[in-house]
Amino acid sequence: MSDPQKNDLQKNEAQMNKPSAKKSVKWGEAPKMSILDALYLPAIASGLATAVRHAVSGKATTRQYPEVEPEIPPNYRGVHRLNRDEAGRVKCVACYMCQTACPANCIEIIAAPAPKDDPHWKDRDKFPATFTIDELRCIYCGMCEEACPVDAIELTSIYDLTGMTREEMIFDKEKLLSVFDETVKSGHDPVRTNRGNLGPAAELSPTAKDAPPPPGRGKSG
Amino acid sequence: MINSLFEFWPVLWPALAAIGVILAVVPFLGLYMTFVERKIAAYVQDRVGPNRVGPFGLFQAIADGIKIFLKEQLIPDHVFTALYFLAPAFSLITAMFALVVMPFGPVATDYKDGFRFVVAPGIDIGILMMLAISSLSAYGIIIGGWASNNKYSIYGAIRSCAQFISYEIPLGLSILGVIAITGSLNIEKIVEAQSGSLLDWNVFWQPVAMLVFFTAALAETNRLPFDLPECEQELVGGFHTEYSGIKFVLYFLAEYTHIVTVSFLTALLFLGGWHFPGLPGPSGASTPILLLGLGVLLAKVALVVLVIILLRWSLPRFRFDQLMGLAWKGLIPLGLINLVGVAIVLSLGLPKHLLVATVILPVLAAYYSAAKFNASMATTEARRQGLSPQGAVSYE
Repeated sequence: MSDPQKNDLQKNEAQMNKPSAKKSVKWGEAPKMSILDALYLPAIASGLATAVRHAVSGKATTRQYPEVEPEIPPNYRGVHRLNRDEAGRVKCVACYMCQTACPANCIEIIAAPAPKDDPHWKDRDKFPATFTIDELRCIYCGMCEEACPVDAIELTSIYDLTGMTREEMIFDKEKLLSVFDETVKSGHDPVRTNRGNLGPAAELSPTAKDAPPPPGRGKSG
Repeated sequence: MINSLFEFWPVLWPALAAIGVILAVVPFLGLYMTFVERKIAAYVQDRVGPNRVGPFGLFQAIADGIKIFLKEQLIPDHVFTALYFLAPAFSLITAMFALVVMPFGPVATDYKDGFRFVVAPGIDIGILMMLAISSLSAYGIIIGGWASNNKYSIYGAIRSCAQFISYEIPLGLSILGVIAITGSLNIEKIVEAQSGSLLDWNVFWQPVAMLVFFTAALAETNRLPFDLPECEQELVGGFHTEYSGIKFVLYFLAEYTHIVTVSFLTALLFLGGWHFPGLPGPSGASTPILLLGLGVLLAKVALVVLVIILLRWSLPRFRFDQLMGLAWKGLIPLGLINLVGVAIVLSLGLPKHLLVATVILPVLAAYYSAAKFNASMATTEARRQGLSPQGAVSYE
């Protein structure tokens, strides 16, 4: 090695190690270890103790899911249902509010005039001839039930929705009504704070306004 | 040929029977140690662990075995095929071969004909052979890493090579103290020397040696915190990146066989083997006593295995320079000083009780070397500025 090269190297090194060159760098200092800590044995022992303490505590946080179902909060937003009024008819008045509010475009309603001759329907103008929700497209945001002026559509706490085909995940009116029947029967009614805050559309359907709330709950569940 | 076979039959059949026992039990043990490990890991992490297959998930190990044996035999394009197949087999063969001289139950030093709990009893270089053979298993890993023709694998293999070489030394040094006290390399005689009261166990005479031995042996098993050759975060899978199916199982079994070996060695050399206060030795003992001795030994082994597994879940992995530092700056000086202490006591003909005094010396040495080790690892301000003697090291 020739001398100038060596000098260069030393100069470079000196420059690199110059304190002023590192002013902008903030160095963290490793914590000082006592001589006992430096043996590492106490740390290993305490680590083992922690492991053993957890191992014998017997407090596993694992959920045995299929056998033990989790407790779902009643304001959970799961599968939709179409509520029935006390006469057993679909409560929906086919106002298209939910379909309009839906950000995922998963609701499709075709309205039909209520059969006027039928005494069963005489207090209603319209009713949904079809009411389909694509459960795969839905993002479960709950805007449909907020939009609904007659509390007809609600999200239940059913979370384990599965199916073998895409077609069977498109719920029609009957399916949605059966979800209502199921949840009422099993006593897993959803709890909604805005329930009962009805919109002007409720005026068209006196049953929706005056009727007692759906079975098993009051205004706010 | 046939005649001589018949002639040797009384000598031959106990060995064959013991080989049969080892071949039958060790893979099963390896399989179930995975289950035990998963369960303990789960408990340590406040989980439940495998509990679906059979009662308490007991058949999980079998299901795992079936699954992995039915896997596709995948051979990557770029491997050196012959070595690629040879390496896992070599790994397992060496791991199993080391068990030849290892007594897995009470064996009398004056062994007679008939079944006994060791393949080759009374080997006078027993412990030496065991160390020699089990360190050969580094070849399995190195060949595997090389044959995989993959940079991560070869990195793992290189690390493994360095690790094996470094940790062989403290392993040997720590055993030397025990050997010097016993005056024999014969494992049965080493255990025999620990008969009698609890205080005859080598762990009370050679605690530092046990610590060094256990640490070094743990490093030889390639397990956390010493699993640098296969650390997932840096090297994908290390030397077994390219291995799957049965070939991976062979590596896996080799690792668990190593754990079994290490646990047995710790129990035999330091924890009194099959001896327990009040239990008569195996010499001329009846079958129930022998079985009791077997139970005692297996219980001790289980305890060591438990500690090894728990250690895995309580310690983080070493950095590679820390790993090397631990061996060269920590364990080797400790082992040497311990050996010197033993040598002084033995060569001067001092009473055995003075061996306890030799403990103090290693402990002081441990303090010293730990402090030095720690100082050498720390990135101090002076070092950063290039002011300390080792200051040429720049960490930027």
